[in-house]
Amino acid sequence: MLAAGTKAPDFSLSATPDQKIQLSQLKGKRVILAFYPADWSPVCSDQMALYNEMLKIFHKENAEVIGISVDSKWCHLAFSQDRKLHFPLLADFEPKGAVAKAYDVYDEELGECKRALYVLDEEGVIRWNYLSPVGMNPGADGILDALEEMNKK
Amino acid sequence: MSILRPAVNSKDNMQGSASAPIELVEYGDYQCPHCGRAYPILKNIQAKLGDQLKFVFRNFPLSKIHPNATHAAIATEAAARQHKFWEMHDYIFEHQNRLDDESLLRYATHLRLDAAQFASDFEKQELAQKVEDDFESGVRSGVNGTPSFFINGRKYDGDWNEAPFLTHLQSLLK
Repeated sequence: MLAAGTKAPDFSLSATPDQKIQLSQLKGKRVILAFYPADWSPVCSDQMALYNEMLKIFHKENAEVIGISVDSKWCHLAFSQDRKLHFPLLADFEPKGAVAKAYDVYDEELGECKRALYVLDEEGVIRWNYLSPVGMNPGADGILDALEEMNKK
Repeated sequence: MSILRPAVNSKDNMQGSASAPIELVEYGDYQCPHCGRAYPILKNIQAKLGDQLKFVFRNFPLSKIHPNATHAAIATEAAARQHKFWEMHDYIFEHQNRLDDESLLRYATHLRLDAAQFASDFEKQELAQKVEDDFESGVRSGVNGTPSFFINGRKYDGDWNEAPFLTHLQSLLK
């Protein structure tokens, strides 16, 4: 993974069929990048469902959460609507996994993003990273600790 | 290893002996089917471990996928104000398929709560805040889904089916 202190590589990916998000446009906000393998994992233990409930807590910390997987924008749209997600899911779809590769969290064998987290500061510098074991929802305690640590500086 | 933050305290709803050697905390969602399945398992475990076990329930409603979960949690906290938290907790888990506001109010009446007081407490911001605080303590403690369990302050990621869960808890008494 890219180390803390590294400038986060910029990217522009589709969030919906008619909207793109460019990372550098989020300057001034903290950004949580949540790379995950695939849409449609089981509901109750779903990582995205958890973050969806935490938006208020993240916003208190001036942080925006963004999910990234290799699913297409249409798949993300259906998944977002089904789960009533209120944060963007980006499609690292073409060229497949290019952003995940730039962040060193692409699983070549499975052809999916690994389950990995980055927390970026207001200047777009990586301040924390975490690679979760396969099939394990990493929760959010690490993210909250990282955001709190950033408040101390 | 994830640690329970904050530790069990006077704001918690607790069952069993305060000085029990085993403290079991569940983070649960009243509309979550897995929590519904855990409910009778926990009842049996409580019966078997008796005063060796202290049981605490904290709220972890995933309100976007379970639209009635937050209000159900608030209803239990409103019942707690009339010292009937566990009665409401149990009744809700036994009637998980009907958790709209009207049903919650009916359950309060059924449990012989002061209905007017219950209805007024149900609207109180402090109770909604208590549920939110529980949720936040859960995410800080590493809760990633429901139910999540903490045994003596540490997250338990093992099997919570009755036999293996009971065996694990009993092994802590040796």
